[in-house]
Amino acid sequence: MVMIRFDQVTKLYAGSARPALNSVTLEILRGEFVFLVGASGSGKSSFLRLVLKEENPSKGQIHVLGQELGKLSSRKVPYFRRNLGVVFQDFRLLPQKSVFDNVAFSLQVIGKSKGFIQEAVPDVLKMVGLAGKSGRLPHELSGGEQQRVAIARAIVNKPSILLADEPTGNLDPATSAGIMTLLERISGGGTTVLMATHDAGIVDKMKRRVIELVSGQIVRDESQGGYQTQALPVQRQAPPPTASGFGAPS
Amino acid sequence: MRLGLVLSEVGHGLRRNISMVISIVLVTFISLTFVGAAILLQLQINQMKGYWYDRAQVAVYLCTQYDEGGNCNAEEATAQQKSNIEQVLKSAVLAPLIQHYDFEDHEAAFKRYQAQFAGAEGTSFVTPDFLPETFWVNLKDPSQSDAVVERMSGVPGVEQVVDQRKYLQPIFDALNAASITAVGIAGLMLIAAVLLIATTIRLSAFSRRRELGIMRLVGASNRFIQTPFVLEGVVAALIGSALASGAIVAVVQFFVQGYLNATPSSTPFVDLGDAFIVVPILIVGGAGLAAISAAVAIRRYLKV
Ligand SMILES: Nc1ncnc2c1ncn2[C@@H]1O[C@H](COP(=O)(O)OP(=O)(O)O)[C@@H](O)[C@H]1O
Ligand SMILES: [Mg+2]
Repeated sequence: MVMIRFDQVTKLYAGSARPALNSVTLEILRGEFVFLVGASGSGKSSFLRLVLKEENPSKGQIHVLGQELGKLSSRKVPYFRRNLGVVFQDFRLLPQKSVFDNVAFSLQVIGKSKGFIQEAVPDVLKMVGLAGKSGRLPHELSGGEQQRVAIARAIVNKPSILLADEPTGNLDPATSAGIMTLLERISGGGTTVLMATHDAGIVDKMKRRVIELVSGQIVRDESQGGYQTQALPVQRQAPPPTASGFGAPS
Repeated sequence: MRLGLVLSEVGHGLRRNISMVISIVLVTFISLTFVGAAILLQLQINQMKGYWYDRAQVAVYLCTQYDEGGNCNAEEATAQQKSNIEQVLKSAVLAPLIQHYDFEDHEAAFKRYQAQFAGAEGTSFVTPDFLPETFWVNLKDPSQSDAVVERMSGVPGVEQVVDQRKYLQPIFDALNAASITAVGIAGLMLIAAVLLIATTIRLSAFSRRRELGIMRLVGASNRFIQTPFVLEGVVAALIGSALASGAIVAVVQFFVQGYLNATPSSTPFVDLGDAFIVVPILIVGGAGLAAISAAVAIRRYLKV
């Protein structure tokens, strides 16, 4: 099942001459773990924002979870986003709320009951390895722990897709490895994970699907890629690289 | 939607911006007090019009030996002329307009004059023959006095025809001017109130932009995001409206009823019943205005 489909998508920000994404076409299937790699400014974050419908494409169509985003009214966008989890490099936790409350907040504001929150939050904190720290404030945690809180917040509502924009960007390699193990576990549970990164070590080690962007164009789409290709990058423009039918266990 | 959560957000917001909230309260208080005063003045004008116009008569003054104006030649109106005047009042043209009329002779006019100006200086020089005989005409519809004035003015023996309503007009004009002034001040203050509410809500949203960002990210509905801010503005404005309502009721109770109404005068004044017509207008108006300006101010933060 196709979770995300980009169809000739171009994103041109107002006032900039060069598109952030240039005629991008791809499909991401259920349960895939996909790395989005590329230099700074290559369009990774723009790609993720388009999936979230934080931005609209200048050209082309985007389908996420079977919905055409262009046809999604702004009133329905919040409900659409409840199916997506997002994690950022800078964690984006609420500094005055405890670990528990940070995670609970995301459920409260979508109207979940107290009973549900009391059950779901401890569960997810255990899953990310923070069971004993639910009363701490963010500044009382290490960077890796803060990112675990952010991941817990992103997955507590059991989204079908998890978007991660350089989640290890602020972390040391050992801590990053822990975060990657966690993301792998989440992916193993059936969640589609799309992670933007330029951490070569992680990409090389994980041997997952890699999509490389250069100046907003896909220059490589490998099913078990590394950060850098051994061969020359394959310039595949037109026909959609359908992940070589690999990496979709479900 | 979780009411407790929303209300605690509102409480937080109000406390965080306490000085701005106090300014909203004061500005809405003052502006709505002016709005209320303007409405009360209009009610007062209507009441006075109703009261006085019912009583206002058209006076047909007849010639005395001292009059040379009108249709007079320094001669008393003759009996012939008086009966002619009555004929005209009873004519097919005027009779349908007239409810009834009374004739006041010199003596009656003199008695009324003495009663009215009892104790005033210079009244002793006035003698009955100095005061004109008068037909006092009550109209069915006071606004149709022109026809009577016009018709009667040309009749021999008539010195002057006066519609008493014209004496009231300056009073109504003054009250109207006061109420227009009140509306003008209210308008300016309301603009200030709206801008202040919008600014306060933007500040409040700015200080909570982290939460708002996360709310949007995890899919909180627009209504959920918007409601605490709108309520924040509404609560502040409601306090202002309540104070304004209190001020209006107090003015009516203590100044109009307690002071003005105690002065010897038959003029009717607005009472608490009228004040309680004004109160809901102020409450609903204040809350509505705050809700709209807060909702508009917060829209930018809802853009997805
Ligand atoms: N909001 C924006 N307005 C204008 N230009 C933007 C905006 N966001 C990103 N860009 C531009 O789009 C290009 C891609 O940026 P981005 O998607 O953030 O890349 P990456 O995440 O790979 O570093 C860059 O040239 C950047 O300057
Ligand atoms: Mg980026």
